[in-house]
Amino acid sequence: MEFKKLVQDLQVAEVTRLNKRHFILDLLAPEKLPLILPGQFVQALVEDSPSTFLRRPFSIHSVDYKKNTLRLMIQVKGEGTRHLASLKTGDHLNLIYPLGNSFSLPFTKDVLLVGGGCGVAPLLFLAQFLSQNNIHPTILLGFRTREEVSEIETYSRYGKVLVMTDDGTEGEKGLVVDHSIFQRERLDFKKIFCCGPDPMMKAVAKIARMHKTDCEVSLENTMACGFGVCLCCVTPTDKGNERVCVEGPVFNINRLTW
Amino acid sequence: MPDLAINIAGLHFKNPVTTASGTFGYGDEFLDFIDIGRLGGIFVKAVTGKNRDGNPYPRMAETASGMLNSVGLQNKGVDHFCREIYPRIRDFNTHIIVNVSGSTVEEYVEVAARINELEKIPAIELNISCPNVKLGGMAFGTVPSMAEEVTAEVRKVYKKVLMVKLSPNVTSITDLAKAVVDGGADAITLINTLLGMAIDAERRRPVLSTITGGLSGPAIKPIALRMVWQVHKAVQVPIVGLGGIMNATDAIEFILAGASAIQVGTANFIDPAVSIKIVDGIEAYMDRHKINTVADMVGALRTE
Repeated sequence: MEFKKLVQDLQVAEVTRLNKRHFILDLLAPEKLPLILPGQFVQALVEDSPSTFLRRPFSIHSVDYKKNTLRLMIQVKGEGTRHLASLKTGDHLNLIYPLGNSFSLPFTKDVLLVGGGCGVAPLLFLAQFLSQNNIHPTILLGFRTREEVSEIETYSRYGKVLVMTDDGTEGEKGLVVDHSIFQRERLDFKKIFCCGPDPMMKAVAKIARMHKTDCEVSLENTMACGFGVCLCCVTPTDKGNERVCVEGPVFNINRLTW
Repeated sequence: MPDLAINIAGLHFKNPVTTASGTFGYGDEFLDFIDIGRLGGIFVKAVTGKNRDGNPYPRMAETASGMLNSVGLQNKGVDHFCREIYPRIRDFNTHIIVNVSGSTVEEYVEVAARINELEKIPAIELNISCPNVKLGGMAFGTVPSMAEEVTAEVRKVYKKVLMVKLSPNVTSITDLAKAVVDGGADAITLINTLLGMAIDAERRRPVLSTITGGLSGPAIKPIALRMVWQVHKAVQVPIVGLGGIMNATDAIEFILAGASAIQVGTANFIDPAVSIKIVDGIEAYMDRHKINTVADMVGALRTE
């Protein structure tokens, strides 16, 4: 499916701080939002931040067509994201969007979403999309600690939420792959969608392979352009080095070399 | 109304704004953003003899006012270009110029000969300056005798406009410029990226898989301007200048230093419509300064 890419100034409608490191931007589009699918991302221009030369890619956290807004969930990591965290209602943010491919609509209702850290961002949009298609997934979310556990009520509207923290201050303790749902002889799911740090996705992919369960992951490779011309964000696939920003960010693990 | 048209080695460009190889794909990636028919030309992604997978990820590091890349000429080879890509871009209403790369003189000659047969490609840009390939690439661009040889061999088979893209990673850019002119170059493009490096101190590791890579962006603009100026004074052939051009003012600076045309590179990643803004900005500058033609500005730096 070909999406026309837009370059637009969107207006900050609301800034919500989730915790010390994460915040949400609701952005109002200047014209009717195009069709956007879960898994797609934006390239945000960070202005007035001299050390931030390139745009920053962010997954689309959710879309509200009635309000004509799209939502980004952002983790403060460096100068660029710190600058974005200082945006106020009424400010503008220039985006190129929608970019990349999307998660697929599964042929089963036994669906598991697994997210860790900032990788939970695209999973809310995916959960919404699945529930609109009468699929109510199990949503396993990994956080560092209780203070960072957020938006559970929102996720709960679309499926059953399981929480995991590194330090055990909420939900089960450990990494997401240590969760009890993975410790059973048979996995209750026929499809897994996963987004998070590479080691986490690789560990989930290993479990999926073991149980012969179909699995899609969303990669977060660093990129310069985001629309397919710089060839910086590639990942090795069964077709050679492919662009995460165009052929991805979502890949079925069978196509990846890990 | 100023006339933005410029003649480069007999080839008529509607304006001096073109896009740099490796930053603009094959042009069609930008159809959502701009009317590419408004550009003077497009230098498409490098083409080599055979398929190249390029270097492993990570291939990019953001640096102060710029970025390093080590893509390594990833492309599907000249056969694929002629068969799959050329038909879909041949009718763009702008000059499509192919960046020709290789690891051996024979490979450069083979690719150039194939591109020579493509009716709608009026020129090639010989890439003897890529810092990201182990064999060839920059080696041809740092030794004047080798640069002259590869240019002369390609000249024998390539009958249209032959441009040669120089590496800045040399002691004397003018020696290289003179060498490729002696080899038969019709025009010179400069500069390619500067060899650089980025380190992740916490992990005590290089950021790029290849350890070193090519630096681009505004960080290299002063060096690029200096080299365009030196080469402009040293040779008679026209120059296509690039290196960190982000806006029309930057572009004008290159033209004043001696470039007949410019390429927009890394800036395309940040603002995919920037090249058209530069066309408009050059026109506004010429209007404001009552300059009638681009040729009147080329090398028109006042140094007295």
